[in-house]
Amino acid sequence: MMRTLLVRGMLAGLTAGLFAAVFAFVVGEPPVDTAIGLEEAGGTESHGTASHSAESHAEAPGHAAPPDHTGSSGHEAESGSAHGHDHGDDALVGRGVQSTVGLLTGVTGYAVAVGGLFAIAFAAVQGRVTTLRPRVSAALLAAGGFAVVVLVPFLKYPANPPAVGQAGTIEDRTALYFGFVALSLVAAMVAVAVGRAVADRVGAANGGLLGVGAYVTVMAVAGALLPAVDEVPDGFPGSLLWDFRLASLGTQVVLWCALGLAFAVLAERAMGPDAARGPGNARGREGPADDPVAVRQ
Amino acid sequence: MSQTHVVSVPRSTTRPGAVRIPLREIVPWAVFTTVLALLVLFFVTTEAGAVSLVSDGLVHEFVHDGRHLLAFPCH
Ligand SMILES: [Zn+2]
Repeated sequence: MMRTLLVRGMLAGLTAGLFAAVFAFVVGEPPVDTAIGLEEAGGTESHGTASHSAESHAEAPGHAAPPDHTGSSGHEAESGSAHGHDHGDDALVGRGVQSTVGLLTGVTGYAVAVGGLFAIAFAAVQGRVTTLRPRVSAALLAAGGFAVVVLVPFLKYPANPPAVGQAGTIEDRTALYFGFVALSLVAAMVAVAVGRAVADRVGAANGGLLGVGAYVTVMAVAGALLPAVDEVPDGFPGSLLWDFRLASLGTQVVLWCALGLAFAVLAERAMGPDAARGPGNARGREGPADDPVAVRQ
Repeated sequence: MSQTHVVSVPRSTTRPGAVRIPLREIVPWAVFTTVLALLVLFFVTTEAGAVSLVSDGLVHEFVHDGRHLLAFPCH
């Protein structure tokens, strides 16, 4: 059964990745291209010039830790050569590849990985946290997963286009972002466990409300305490930033919606009432890949 | 493993949606999936950004647009 679910999760992820990649190409690439144009024109210098770094650290003193900062000039010099972003003619990968095959590979790779993890999470909650039909559970899990993994981290550390962000702070920004995602996941899991326990005593509605309330509270406090990242260069167009961030969030919305819907259909066939009736009663509409749950290991 | 029959068949007659996969069956797959998924996610989201394992930036530049549009810190 686990193998079936995992394969289906990854298939749902692949489907979702294709949809999301198309969305990202159509909606997301124009602002990315514009931002790269600005970056190369140098109109919005963001890559570690001394004055800009000093200014930014003055604005957010808690952001970059002093020990890192002492070595930052060396790091910036190193990153400038090792993995500075050359989007132009001297880049390792040209823009034509980056914006098509590269985008497709990145988005679908992400989606397949998320689909696999989604299937594991679904197996863990189905019959434990939720006793709803598989397709309903899958849809709810996708909505919750999007909120916890994407939306809440996005509200604190929103996506940034090329030309926004200093090379010298990539390590801090990466640690903050993944730390916030990890915190969000842990808080959500604890909230689900608590909500489930409460639901057993005083009803599903109260348990659900308490779980959601606890999660939102924890994340709001964490979001208020953790340092902000604000490295938008002077002169970077606000409308472009908005377009990019909306496209970024939209890409993730498309991805998680498609993942949830595709997995809902596939999980219902694998675990739903029709599938569980046994070989003799299973409906013939499913095709050869769908063994009934009771005989599947 | 034959317990699966005992668990799932009666359940399906009383509560259709509540098939529950035993944890001991989930765990090995969870470990396997997590390792593979984290590897893939690392290359898509982080490689040659904050941490660099293999490269001269080739992987990074290849998945660059996806990394930005999936909302991960890039540069
Ligand atoms: Zn970048």
